[in-house]
Amino acid sequence: MNTTLNRKAILIATLVSVLVIATVFYGSRKLQNFDPALIGYLFGTVFAFFGIVYRYSVWLQRPPTWMYFKRTWQFVFKGQVFAHLYFFIKEFIQNIGFQKFIYPRGRSRWIGHFLMAVGCTMAFAITFPLTFGWIHFTLNPETSLNPDSVRMYEAHFFGFKVFEFPLGSFIAFFTFHALNWCSWLVIIGVLIFMRRRLTHAGLISIQSFDGDLLPLILLLAISITGLGLTYDYQFMKGMAYDFMAVTHAVTVIMFLIWIPFGKFFHIIQRPAQIGAHIYKREGIKRGMAVCPHTGKEFATQMHIDDLKTVTKELGFDFTRADGTSHLDLSPEGKRSRLGMAHLKARQQDGGKLFG
Amino acid sequence: MPQTNYQTQQEFFVDMQRCIGCRACEMACAECETNGHESMIHVNYVDRAVTIQTTVQVCMHCDDPVCANVCPADAISKDEFGVVHTANTARCIGCSNCVMACPFGVPKKNEAYDLMMKCNMCYDRTSAGKKPMCATVCPTQALYYGTREEMARMRPNSTPVNNFLFGNEKVSTKVNIMMPKGSTQLIVD
Repeated sequence: MNTTLNRKAILIATLVSVLVIATVFYGSRKLQNFDPALIGYLFGTVFAFFGIVYRYSVWLQRPPTWMYFKRTWQFVFKGQVFAHLYFFIKEFIQNIGFQKFIYPRGRSRWIGHFLMAVGCTMAFAITFPLTFGWIHFTLNPETSLNPDSVRMYEAHFFGFKVFEFPLGSFIAFFTFHALNWCSWLVIIGVLIFMRRRLTHAGLISIQSFDGDLLPLILLLAISITGLGLTYDYQFMKGMAYDFMAVTHAVTVIMFLIWIPFGKFFHIIQRPAQIGAHIYKREGIKRGMAVCPHTGKEFATQMHIDDLKTVTKELGFDFTRADGTSHLDLSPEGKRSRLGMAHLKARQQDGGKLFG
Repeated sequence: MPQTNYQTQQEFFVDMQRCIGCRACEMACAECETNGHESMIHVNYVDRAVTIQTTVQVCMHCDDPVCANVCPADAISKDEFGVVHTANTARCIGCSNCVMACPFGVPKKNEAYDLMMKCNMCYDRTSAGKKPMCATVCPTQALYYGTREEMARMRPNSTPVNNFLFGNEKVSTKVNIMMPKGSTQLIVD
């Protein structure tokens, strides 16, 4: 196992982490709006950013990944920018927003994943800016001093007031409990997936505790301890609130620092799927490869040519004596050629059935 | 991986000349729980213009799997028993690199799922000490799962071969192909 640290990745990750810290400093108006109670979450988030960018940078350096990354951006920036942008947005909504590709794999699977994804994404969108001090809330001083007026609550983004709402209103209830709604979505999604993972024989045989069950347990722990905070101050008069707060913080910080190493990294990898779709779409425009064995089109010529380059970079050489490549064949062609080679070997041996 | 009862002395043997094209293996393969009930095995005509011979192709579980190497999403892994597993559903981005790079033409892309799927030697069964579904139903034993000694006793005029030459590339595999006695490799040109 190669345990050497990747210098390029360390440099990029460090730069991004410094950038995050700078945006926290200036986004919170020189820490004026930063909530010191969230310092632990901030450290966890900065570490997560470092780890994610590090792993992403190492991942991009692998020849096949780099080929897709390079090609995708070449297409996006070499003409038809708006056509690519439209395709990207459409794909992002369908495949990242709604995870369309999971539905054919199973309805309950899609429902569970969609609920977890929506819950987690909403929670990220709320907690990251809160932790960074980009969002903060204040009570409107005029309404708070006047006993006859409805007290108004103000939301600020980067120090600018963006909207206000009356305390005790439906909007207030909905906003203050936003993370609770996220928790419920995640809990339902996790339970659907836990049921699958505990009852499906195929999954049981190949799943691992840290790779597949622990992520679900962690999401469940975050959601339940998060709901516990509200439960504590609503129904327990705030008793043992410190314990509840610390328990929740521990689960969230564990989640954050684990993102780069475990299953949650697929959240960061998934947009690459759109790159693969752009690659295929662009390749079709440039022409298809025809299998010399079947005579049928089977992939884009660009894909086959790039694969020849990538396999060579990885140390594989499928070049034949006549200068063509085994990779010029379609999967069906390859299977037939293997069968033909076997038949040839049998014929050379006299052509009889050997037992 | 969870605790397993994988039988390391048991090997997979494919004897192409014995395939009669009955497709029982295809039906059995779809029973495998790890495939999500999709059949992963391939039954092909060798060269239909000149012979009615069919052949069957399972994943050969390469020692240095090209599919895993060319995967841009690190979705394919090989375990301690040498079984090359199908794409991790969370990671696979459906790019088809593995489908096009596999020298044996094994992985399949399921377009609706946007996912590559392939034979993982019925890991739900083999990890429990059982034989893969296809090998249990093959009526001619073109697909056989057992020990090398059993094979030597049953097929004295054959040699299991797991070295292949595709152009300049030597590929060695976990799965064996039965060849005339004394053969050391199968050259595919």
